[in-house]
Amino acid sequence: MFYREAGDFSTTYPQDSQTFPIRFDRYRYYAVLVIAFAVVPFIINDYWLNAIFLPFLIYSIAAIGLNILVGYCGQVSLGTGGFMAVGAYSCYKFMTGVDIWLMGADGQMIQYALPPINIFFSVILAGLVTAAVGVLFGLPSLRIKGFYLAVATLAAQFFLVWLFNKWEWAYNYSASGQINAPTRGFLGVDVTGPATEAWATYLFCLMFVIGSAVLARNLTRGSVGRKWMAIRDMDIAAEIIGVNPLRAKLSAFAVSSFFVGVSGALFFSVYLGAVEVGEAFGIQKSFLVLFMIIIGGLGSIFGSFAGAAFMVLLPVLLKNTLVGTLGWPTDLAAHIEFIIVGALIVVFLILEPHGLAQLWRVAKEKLRLWPFPY
Amino acid sequence: MMPDQLLFAMEVTLNGLMAGVLYALVALGFVLIFKASGIFNYAQGVMALFAALTLVGIMDGQVPFSHLINAMFGTDIHDFGWHVPAVLAIALTMVLMVGFAWLVNRLVLRHLVNQEPIILFMATIGLAYFLEGFGDIMWGSDIKKLDVGLPQGLNAFIDDTTYGWFGYGFFIDNLDIVATVIAALLVTGLVLFSQYTKQGRALRAVADDHQAALSVGISLNFIWVLVWSVAGFVALVAGIMWGAKSGVQFSLSLIALKALPVLMLGGFTSIPGAIVGGLIIGVGEKLFEFIAGPALGGATENWFAYVLALLFLVFRPQGLFGEKIIERV
Repeated sequence: MFYREAGDFSTTYPQDSQTFPIRFDRYRYYAVLVIAFAVVPFIINDYWLNAIFLPFLIYSIAAIGLNILVGYCGQVSLGTGGFMAVGAYSCYKFMTGVDIWLMGADGQMIQYALPPINIFFSVILAGLVTAAVGVLFGLPSLRIKGFYLAVATLAAQFFLVWLFNKWEWAYNYSASGQINAPTRGFLGVDVTGPATEAWATYLFCLMFVIGSAVLARNLTRGSVGRKWMAIRDMDIAAEIIGVNPLRAKLSAFAVSSFFVGVSGALFFSVYLGAVEVGEAFGIQKSFLVLFMIIIGGLGSIFGSFAGAAFMVLLPVLLKNTLVGTLGWPTDLAAHIEFIIVGALIVVFLILEPHGLAQLWRVAKEKLRLWPFPY
Repeated sequence: MMPDQLLFAMEVTLNGLMAGVLYALVALGFVLIFKASGIFNYAQGVMALFAALTLVGIMDGQVPFSHLINAMFGTDIHDFGWHVPAVLAIALTMVLMVGFAWLVNRLVLRHLVNQEPIILFMATIGLAYFLEGFGDIMWGSDIKKLDVGLPQGLNAFIDDTTYGWFGYGFFIDNLDIVATVIAALLVTGLVLFSQYTKQGRALRAVADDHQAALSVGISLNFIWVLVWSVAGFVALVAGIMWGAKSGVQFSLSLIALKALPVLMLGGFTSIPGAIVGGLIIGVGEKLFEFIAGPALGGATENWFAYVLALLFLVFRPQGLFGEKIIERV
């Protein structure tokens, strides 16, 4: 009744190729934007921000990034945690000023430091650094496929985590080996550090989320995305019809790692504030983001959001029900969460291998005919 | 008299070989399932953990789910107060692992026939999570001591002999020697089983070609339950070995991750590959830590195996003994 293309006429090419061709879809999208930008910031408080909104927004970016690699280009990666760590640590270096040590005339080491970079650009630069690292670890994908590649990306995961544990330069020689985000502002408002306003950090992350989603959506709609999908479906066939596998695969690794790096940077600087690499960016994080895109739907931007929301909300809900309402011990709730997450993944794969996004698509198809199915 | 460094390196190599045997034990479980069903079973490590937890739980007479029951009903029960002998407990655990294999096939794999390998892989990750939470709820998540009466500690004979030869005694753990012997027995047993028994032949037939095997009357369901049970048995053995070495705890499931580079190196489909790969990784990471570890700041064992496997695969994408990957459009 509401959701249909009838009466929706495209008179120009831009109208015909817009992201949301159906009017209802488009208005829904605008409505979501208006709520996200103009309503949520006024009612948000610290609990909602830290328990739900920040993790959701930040994991969404990571999920979009991983979805580009796994869902669109078909290269399974288990190195997400490691790449997020690259984003976090390079963001930290850019925030505090990148330093180089050079041998002075008298044989002493002299430290030269760049001035600290604005947090917004630090995050972007961190993404670019991660993209470069991603390309480096993506190189084997030209030779290795499938499971072998999935395991090969574990090399990135474990090596990078180890590196940031041992490489003192990366954490500015701090005694604890942790990195702590100093107070930094964007447009005159603090977004990192101990004393931030809920709305400010929320809007700061939201900005990146919207940017990532729009960018990813348009990349995947364009020729780059089609090349990725051709590689995913059958790489030899894609090569025969003229897709350069080197460029397609490496660009997927670069773009994906860029998003993952941005999310890692935000995860550290805005969300956690202080990070110990093995704890925050371990192998569990790689699996978490992978689950998000499986449950959300491989090869779908909406699916990345849905999966991130699901995996962020589930533990909160479980904890509130089991610990808050029933009064069970926390460790028990944590174990039950494991069981439920594991079972849900299996159930999802059996019932709907294409994830929440597919349910959404089916619902939309039903809506087009509702309430007159014939 | 040999230089000290060389002697140390020899000792490190020997210890690496022993560690490699343990990696190979876990990798073996992967290979079995991968060969028979094309499923990359990520849950193998958690199966080892679950088997070890169950074994300890049965031996100590713990009440399963006691934590959950206590939380739900406000009771305070912990154990039955009896001790089960190790042999009986191992048999009971094995029964449970067979039951688990049957359930996995009935509830999960049967519904995922003909799905892409990656979907099956993800399903086993889900299974791993489930089993991990389930094991913790069933038996509690504290670190447990597993003692089935295996010899432990320094092997005095090797220590004495090498001291007589080189003037320096090698430290080799008895447990590692036992593990090596058991692994050798296990592999011999598996090879004999798959070469000379009816079920073993059926298993190889399924591994070769599902449809051809079906057409000559081999029951896929039965073979899959069988192979998951055998993998469960291998997991139990690995669980006992690792559990006796470092206690039964969550980190046991992480050895599955260590088995992955072993598999990549040896090739997913080859039993000898798993053994050789395990030895190479075991020796490689111990020697690398010994030689380059101090310069790099230590703990290189965390990543060396993966990087080695990665570099190796770039030159030989199917691993040492894997079947050549042939792709057609």
